[in-house]
Amino acid sequence: MSDLKELYQEVILDHQKHPRNFGSLSDATHRQEGYNPLCGDRIIVYVKLLNNRIEGIAFQGSGCAISTASASMMTEAVKGKTIEEAEALFHAFHELVTGKPSETSACGKRPPLGKLAVFSGVREFPVRVKCATLAWHTLRAALMGWQGTVSTE
Amino acid sequence: MSQLSAPTLRSLNNPPTPAWSPEDLREEFPILQRLVRGRRLVYLDNAATTQKPRVVIESLVRYYQELNANVHRGIHYLSERATEAFEQTRRAVQRFIGSRSAREIIFTRGTTESINLVAWSFGRQFLKSGDEILITHLEHHSNIVPWQMLCQERGTILRVVPLTPDGELDWMAFERLVNEKTKLISVAHVSNVLGTVNPVREIVRVGHAVGAKVLVDGAQAAPHLPVNVQELDCDFYVFSAHKMYGPTGVGVLYGKEELLEAMPPYQGGGDMIASVTFERTTYNVLPYKFEAGTPNIADVVAFKAALDFLDQLGMEQISAYEDQLLHYALQALDEVPGLVIYGRPQYRCGAIAFNLDGIHPHDLGTILDQEGIAIRTGHHCAQPLMDWLGVAATARASLAVYNSRQDIDELIAGLHRARMFFRL
Repeated sequence: MSDLKELYQEVILDHQKHPRNFGSLSDATHRQEGYNPLCGDRIIVYVKLLNNRIEGIAFQGSGCAISTASASMMTEAVKGKTIEEAEALFHAFHELVTGKPSETSACGKRPPLGKLAVFSGVREFPVRVKCATLAWHTLRAALMGWQGTVSTE
Repeated sequence: MSQLSAPTLRSLNNPPTPAWSPEDLREEFPILQRLVRGRRLVYLDNAATTQKPRVVIESLVRYYQELNANVHRGIHYLSERATEAFEQTRRAVQRFIGSRSAREIIFTRGTTESINLVAWSFGRQFLKSGDEILITHLEHHSNIVPWQMLCQERGTILRVVPLTPDGELDWMAFERLVNEKTKLISVAHVSNVLGTVNPVREIVRVGHAVGAKVLVDGAQAAPHLPVNVQELDCDFYVFSAHKMYGPTGVGVLYGKEELLEAMPPYQGGGDMIASVTFERTTYNVLPYKFEAGTPNIADVVAFKAALDFLDQLGMEQISAYEDQLLHYALQALDEVPGLVIYGRPQYRCGAIAFNLDGIHPHDLGTILDQEGIAIRTGHHCAQPLMDWLGVAATARASLAVYNSRQDIDELIAGLHRARMFFRL
């Protein structure tokens, strides 16, 4: 049970029940769909990008507690950040939940994770890493202007 | 429709008393003796694969220690013995499903390959543009995708029988959809999600009346119900060893002999030929025509131990016991607040799909797993059925002979704890 409490921390359960920035964004400049074929979860991330900065962000979709809370907290964490800052945060978050160095770990310092640190329990549950990273992969794809649906597989 | 569910009916009206208890059976499965996350293992993912009894594991070991050789070609002692053991399983399968001849039993890698074999060989030989293939809305992807691939290639049309709100085949719609263009009906005997037992004998009768052939996907039926392919009169019956206490990597394709004779080989290679020159190859006789290359000998040999195990327990007894346990589980699940069971078919076996209001099945699976309770969560390789249910995913508990009321009680207690955890 202690691992479970570590995984489903209060903040995570709160964001699952009351997701922030949930809905669409009428003036979005980027829209990206993400899909986790393992569980069938789908997410759409909307981004309003202005001068390389994330001015607005929202998400829609239905998923498990981990993926919903992760999407919700991601929107809070990256709002107002530049693309580069969001990218650095993605790598820091990825390292946190996988417990492994990210692909660009050689490229310098990681930004502080702040509230996102509550996801540290995910690393004890390897099958749930994709739930925690679905929103982030989708955001990255949106910022890079990818075509089609991004998949966790 | 009624005679189709004969096994279930018989078991309800006159339940044969098993000469075994699930607690005794549990002892026969080494893996069920281990702890998972420090807890007694409650294994309720049997529709994905069943655990293996000691006799099957020992048979595998014995094969490699005492018999191993290639089959159907060696002149030496071991090859002779291995061939004999391999062919004994074929005859055991023949008896198990009541087919006319062992020539009608083809070994494959699994149910999926069996269906692909029929799609490739029967489909390309007998189906043409404008012909219709009929499946149902509750099929596993393995009974959808091979037909879609065939349709793309041949211009054949795929039609889908809808379900009633209870999760049964919509019989009126089925009868409307069957017509003289219907050349093949491919249907699950038992749904891997809802547990629905389809009236396959009636489906066969209706199909044959318009000249259609009928394939029955028995992957979820063979472990739970007595199956007799001559009584069903189906043209093809396919299933997997690993879902019925046997090893992974072995499937069966039963086909009526005259049909299999008329079908071209699926793959070319060794064992499936009679003679080869660079100008011309003549094919081997049934069943070898469809078994190119060295087969999965060890697992086929060990599959016989699984069939003997099932024979000893008795399929009638298994069916009756599991039916009681299933209804015990359904009743207990119905009492859990906020729990929705998907599908209320009159005749069912094996699987129960459900969701708990306020908890995503993926979270539920993780929480139960922490207590050593193994269930399946996700779309169960049946996404069209998930769309029909209007959900992305469900939880699924599925039964086997070694499950007892204790397993169900532990599942229910786990569900209550999950609700508490999520403050529901």
